[in-house]
Amino acid sequence: MAKTMAKKKVKAAKPKTKPEKAAKAQMAPAKSEPPKAMVTVYIMGKAHKVPADATIMGAIEYAGYQIKRGAGCREGFCGACATVYRLPGDYKIYTGMACMTLVQEGMWLSQLPAIPGQRPVYDLDKLEPNVGVFQKLYPEVFRCVACNTCTKACPQDLEVMDYIQAAKQGNIEKVMDLSFDCLSCGLCAIRCPAEIVHYNVGILAKRLYGKYLRKNSDHLDKRLKEVKAKKYDTEYKEMMKMKKDELKKKYYARDSE
Amino acid sequence: MYPDYMHDSLKKVDETRQKRLELERSGKNVFPPMTAEEREDVLNKFHPDYKPESRRKINVGPNKGESLTTEVADMLESHSRIDPQLFNLSKPDYETDILIVGAGGAGCAAAIIARQNGARSIISTKLRMGDANSMMSQGGMQAAVTEKDSPPIHYLDAMGGGHFDNKPDLVRALTEDGPEVVKWLEDLGVVWDKNPDGSMYVLHGGGTSRKRMHSCRDYTGAIIMRTLMDEVRNHPDDIKVLEFMPTIELFLDDKGRLAGGILYNMETEEYFTVKAKAVIIATGGYGRLHIRGFDTTNHYGATGDGLIIAYRAGAKLLYMDSVQYHPTGAAFPEQIAGFLITEKIRGAGGQPVNKFGELFVWPREPRDVESAAFIRECLERKNGIQTPSGRWGVWLDSPLIEIIQGDGYINKNFPAMYRQFNRYNIDITKEPMLVYPSLHYQNGGIEINDHCETNLKGLYVAGEATGGVHGRNRLMGNSVLDYNVFGRRAGKFAAEYIKSATIGKLSLKHVTAYENELKKAKIKTDRVAPVLLPLYTSDEVKKRQLTAHYEGTLR
Repeated sequence: MAKTMAKKKVKAAKPKTKPEKAAKAQMAPAKSEPPKAMVTVYIMGKAHKVPADATIMGAIEYAGYQIKRGAGCREGFCGACATVYRLPGDYKIYTGMACMTLVQEGMWLSQLPAIPGQRPVYDLDKLEPNVGVFQKLYPEVFRCVACNTCTKACPQDLEVMDYIQAAKQGNIEKVMDLSFDCLSCGLCAIRCPAEIVHYNVGILAKRLYGKYLRKNSDHLDKRLKEVKAKKYDTEYKEMMKMKKDELKKKYYARDSE
Repeated sequence: MYPDYMHDSLKKVDETRQKRLELERSGKNVFPPMTAEEREDVLNKFHPDYKPESRRKINVGPNKGESLTTEVADMLESHSRIDPQLFNLSKPDYETDILIVGAGGAGCAAAIIARQNGARSIISTKLRMGDANSMMSQGGMQAAVTEKDSPPIHYLDAMGGGHFDNKPDLVRALTEDGPEVVKWLEDLGVVWDKNPDGSMYVLHGGGTSRKRMHSCRDYTGAIIMRTLMDEVRNHPDDIKVLEFMPTIELFLDDKGRLAGGILYNMETEEYFTVKAKAVIIATGGYGRLHIRGFDTTNHYGATGDGLIIAYRAGAKLLYMDSVQYHPTGAAFPEQIAGFLITEKIRGAGGQPVNKFGELFVWPREPRDVESAAFIRECLERKNGIQTPSGRWGVWLDSPLIEIIQGDGYINKNFPAMYRQFNRYNIDITKEPMLVYPSLHYQNGGIEINDHCETNLKGLYVAGEATGGVHGRNRLMGNSVLDYNVFGRRAGKFAAEYIKSATIGKLSLKHVTAYENELKKAKIKTDRVAPVLLPLYTSDEVKKRQLTAHYEGTLR
């Protein structure tokens, strides 16, 4: 997982002055005094001076934009803030999540407000967990030329191409495992020369695995039967009738696993 | 990479680790859990809710005269975004059975179950489907499924965690539906963590007396949310999802029954009317109101929009004086300040320690107690670490987990957390994380019964927007369960209701009446709600934003 992590490592922020101000509360973003170290970034072509230790998302907001599309959880789970950028003197297109990527001097960036990704409607109950599913629902998977561009574009450093290859082989467990941490940001899909929508393939594989290929849990089935048979009815009713003090006593006397 | 001045303290954490490991392995509690009196004491002195300025009286609406969280009272005493007179209510733009407000876990679960019960729905959402706190939960979902556990034991844990203020019928629904939710999600394709024999892999959380935390690595919410979204997308004929179109007012009919709502297209700034026989509010929480100036773990749109539209329509709120601060928000580095560090870290053996590397609280106290103890350790005892920007924090000793659970455990079970810190050159398998409480959860909300019904006919509420399930403090893993249990129930009971429900003429009279009430209470304000999005523009920029009149925009 950590294979390409090095390229995104950054130095920790340098200590700033004025600790007493932020100490009042653990404050929400409020940037009344610009910190000393600033860099110039080009947000959709327009130059802005922003704090050198800002994330791309922080920089966009610092510059005065109110984000509508392009921000979601802001913690690296939802995939709303896919961003592409170039750096000075470098021909490469880089990709990242705006909430997780730090700005650099001369960065030229643009957020992708939405990614067009095809997704057929299907009935999970009627699918069979084998290679035929991918042939039917996502035939473009088989156009993969193994160029590895998707893997290079992945902000989570997932082995995207490997899971597409696994899909071609019908290895659903491997697709599930390798795509598990996918954010559905879509950066793989817009870079793919075979026009595959990788993240939707990953979701399908996870659902197939969870429904059809998992090992069943006997104790769960047993508990479901017990609940259905109203086994806990009396115990519930007793506790629900208890006065607060009585319940409190029971709570503090309870044993722990 | 931690700054040099923290190295002495980091060394102390290293030095005390062996002793703390032995303590953990002894099977005894690593620190004495607090008694009821000790809990009360630390909460009274250090929990942000208990400061006098944290609450104020609300002067309008169904809860008039009650003391509520200050920022919530401010938000409720706000103007509507619309002038009711401008709307033609005789020709709605959309018609459906159920209007679902919010496309997080509760909204999606409700839509799926409502459809199975024969009801069509429109989901109105401010951002994209799944842009919700549901997506972000890392640690897991509680459900009593093991032999040592039972739903009533889960009930007792939840009641104690909520200081016995929880509504008993709601806690019974929560805990008794738990096992079924595990199975339902599994059949929809959620990949739960399991033991090699197929049994569920479960851990402890704060305030649990049995191991019942189910997880999907530390992407629990993301896996569940994406599964629910994917299922919603499989039914485009019955479930219509309108993104970037929040519901900003509700319709009542001439008999006071819910009859739909007004949607605002945030991009074109148009308003659309939806006529529906029932409404389910599933708008989640309010972390982005940054209560008491705290950082938050919440997603960008968590501004409590459902509270205000329901309140204007006459819905009663419960426990809106109680805010949950998650004990372990990131305090360093600055860029991720406030981010959630899952409680599962402590469930797996991670210990909070002070700058001397010493334990100062039992790691599995309920969240409010644990948070208050962290604040006490920093602000009163001064045994915390201060960051370069002045934030306080205590260490959360994650390297201990690798020793307890074996090498590679963190990478396998906490990939999101590992990534998060590795970006800033902090390897959490070798160095601890610096943490401080972060604004996390809206304990209170719109009052419901175990059918998700409110005091208004046809109004259903599910998930974080509700009040009563968790009393005044929620336990870890009960919110993921909550949005599933009550999302499903709201879908089911709303679908049953619409079979015989009729609606009369659409009305916005309650919006006009609320404005009059504000006037009568002599409240003069330019606040407008729903808030929709927080504003993070720098002061430098604001100084130059001098347009005399804004029309229709978010500002």
